[in-house]
Amino acid sequence: MCLAVPMKVTRVEGDPDDFFMPPSAMVEAGGVSQQVRLDIVDRFPDVGDYVIVHAGFAIRTLRPEEAKKSLELFQEMTQLAGE
Amino acid sequence: MKELDLYRDPRAVEALVKRIRSVAVRPMQFMEVCGTHTMSIFRYGVKDLLPSEIQLISGPGCPVCVTPAGEIDQMINLSLMDGVIVASFGDLVRVPGTRGSLADARAQGARVEIVYSPADALELARHEPSKTVVFLGIGFETTVPAVAATMLQAARDEVENFCVFSSHKLMPPALHALLSDPSLKVDGLLCPGHVSTVIGAKAYEPVAEKYGLPCVVAGFEPGDILQGVYMLARQAAEGRHEVENAYSRAVLWQGNQRARRITEMVFKPGDAGWRGLGKVEASGLFLRNEFSSLDARKRFALTDKDVPEPYGCLCGQVIKGMALPASCPHFSKSCTPLSPVGPCMVSSEGTCAAYYKYGG
Repeated sequence: MCLAVPMKVTRVEGDPDDFFMPPSAMVEAGGVSQQVRLDIVDRFPDVGDYVIVHAGFAIRTLRPEEAKKSLELFQEMTQLAGE
Repeated sequence: MKELDLYRDPRAVEALVKRIRSVAVRPMQFMEVCGTHTMSIFRYGVKDLLPSEIQLISGPGCPVCVTPAGEIDQMINLSLMDGVIVASFGDLVRVPGTRGSLADARAQGARVEIVYSPADALELARHEPSKTVVFLGIGFETTVPAVAATMLQAARDEVENFCVFSSHKLMPPALHALLSDPSLKVDGLLCPGHVSTVIGAKAYEPVAEKYGLPCVVAGFEPGDILQGVYMLARQAAEGRHEVENAYSRAVLWQGNQRARRITEMVFKPGDAGWRGLGKVEASGLFLRNEFSSLDARKRFALTDKDVPEPYGCLCGQVIKGMALPASCPHFSKSCTPLSPVGPCMVSSEGTCAAYYKYGG
């Protein structure tokens, strides 16, 4: 079952090129913090980015600007219907 | 993420419902194939908001629900073996096999540990060197890369007392098997959220083309689902059949190539049995030969066995969207969340569980 809420990256540990120590990040959402693995994420996140998490692993990094853009598209779609 | 509030905003919901009404020019039936969509639709009362022309049905979106009874039996047999600890996702533990569930096995003394992540199962193996930890690999493309990454780590760190029983399945082959059944009437497909994060929106192009079916990838907030339904209805009304992505914050056209690459390093496709669909070609994932030592099937010389589904259980039909839970003779009588007969009632994403909990 999927966690719908993107979680904000507060700390990044490890190096994507390090063969022995899988990289991970501390993320938080709604006041809850957890550690997630970054082995399979599409883009390596920076602190302040958001990640979609599944089974303890980040599967997608979302930059704040991209989240904003998606939101704007959604707003567009919902506002126009009122006319 | 505060911005998410807008996807739940009642005004946005209202606006989308208005849009849906404007394009619901004739009866339309859309299918979702994602357990989280099933639950979100019920939790947010989406069906009550839709005009009567639009029907939503659930397909095989719950990986636990589509696992054949014979595989459940294999998992239970593993748990009863000496020196074995079975590590499993939570909602598998109460699914009945031919003789009880993993939970029942645990009551008999089997070691069954619930884990949230495959990485936890590997950690468990490190902490229990005298036991063999078998991780039960259930899940679609969203979960598989995490299992693959864990297995790569196990191989790198030479953890010998860890292995995986792979019951993983692929979504697109099942979609083809489902949609080629002429008795199923759908006018569009609401495509999974996070499976699509991995496989990409492009994965549904062959489906849209071959079956002339509108396909829209959608997220899980009420606004996301309604937007997905709106875009499906709009396509159907306009006579189009394309893939559209309404979940761009989480899904790219090309998906997550890194996750897929890691998956391919560890897994290869093969024929697999699905509850309800029977055998579907190249729809399962199995461990590559290089990972034989991490393959529970090889370590324990497991043989596949077909076992019948519980008598009268309609899970197979429900999973295909061909029957509603209420038509099952067991539903809410002999089959309830507390004492389930089939997996659809047990799983947190199961269609029967959703109908039981939320009504409708």
